[in-house]
Amino acid sequence: MSNKDNWKIWEIFIRSRNGLSHKHVGSLHAPDAEMAIKNARDVYTRRSEGISIWVVPSESITASSPDETEPLFTPADDKVYRHPTFYDIPDEIGHM
Amino acid sequence: MYLRDFYGKAIARIFVTESTVKIMTKETSLEDRFQQYVDGENKVEPKDWMPEAYRKTLIRQISQHAHSEVVGMLPEANWITRAPSLRRKVALLAKVQDEAGHGLYLYSAAETLGADRMDLIKDLLSGKAKYSSIFNYPTPTWADMGAIGWLVDGAAIANQVMLCRTSYGPYARAMVRICKEESFHQRQGYEIMMTLARGSEAQKKMAQDALNRWWWPSLMMFGPTDDHSPNSAQSMKWKIKRKSNDELRQEFIDKTVPQAEFLGLRVPDDALRWNEERGHYDHGEIDWEEFYNVIKGNGPCNKQRMDARNKAHDAGAWVREAANAYAAKQAQKKQSSAA
Repeated sequence: MSNKDNWKIWEIFIRSRNGLSHKHVGSLHAPDAEMAIKNARDVYTRRSEGISIWVVPSESITASSPDETEPLFTPADDKVYRHPTFYDIPDEIGHM
Repeated sequence: MYLRDFYGKAIARIFVTESTVKIMTKETSLEDRFQQYVDGENKVEPKDWMPEAYRKTLIRQISQHAHSEVVGMLPEANWITRAPSLRRKVALLAKVQDEAGHGLYLYSAAETLGADRMDLIKDLLSGKAKYSSIFNYPTPTWADMGAIGWLVDGAAIANQVMLCRTSYGPYARAMVRICKEESFHQRQGYEIMMTLARGSEAQKKMAQDALNRWWWPSLMMFGPTDDHSPNSAQSMKWKIKRKSNDELRQEFIDKTVPQAEFLGLRVPDDALRWNEERGHYDHGEIDWEEFYNVIKGNGPCNKQRMDARNKAHDAGAWVREAANAYAAKQAQKKQSSAA
């Protein structure tokens, strides 16, 4: 038994119903994409959790690094003018 | 600073500092920051920095949990072909299939920490890795299917509900999914017990016998008492565990005793009585010698379980090989048709 039997890892995304996006649900091992979908059917949709499956090789995903969290995401924190509540509109105008 | 691959496994370690002393200070402060982060009820995700001991503890705990799900299929699989009705049979089959699924969720969670699933499985098959001692008890009667669902899954749920709030994100998410599914497991078990307890004298006796045999091993599932559980304090500090072994055990007893009374069955503990002052049930002494003995490998079915797992793994080798060969052939076909 060698680790080469260890099929590569796939990230699984499920659309629970039309109108909603596919959502990451977890990962699994499979030798190819087709079998990854079959495995995902058994592992992640045993109780009608979905109607569509995406499988993506984990190695194909590039993720931002936690070390970059600050430079990447804090610049948005002080830009309150991007939110509708920043602007004063009289009540009599109603919903805008 | 660590460089990490997608799953957060350390692939290189670069120290910007000049001397070891400075490195040590840096490590300490990282650990302090980690503790503060966890204290603030924040979740740790795969690529975040974490102390190596935190990573190791989680890999050990999650893989043991996964192994328990996988070995846990064996005592019940024993009864699938002999279930007393089609209704019971499809339920048991679905439950055992869920357990395979739970094992897979958990191995996946362990892999986000940089572990390799095949290494974990090798450790199970060689006997190096542990799994829950409860699965080393035999299932001689149909009532055992009831008792396992009611008591063993009940005890597992108490532990797993707590783990839904564990500090490591992927583990917590796997637990949420598992808890949703486990609820059916316990209910189908209790229903079996109810049917037997309301049945003939012989059936009632069978139900009582199963309760007698599974009660104490179920209490042992929560692990040693708090004063004999050396790793618990650190796990609680890191918020991997949210409640102590004794707290969880007490919770389980308080919940389960009224359920036994409803069935008209007797919990096999002479010292068991409601303590008005504490607002909890007092219970008798657990036979820890038995617990450690089963963990050491001397339980009634340890060898049988390991043999069955090894046999299943070896017998399934051709399937894994065939799947690889098929995948390679399909890839080749695709390539040649593209050319």
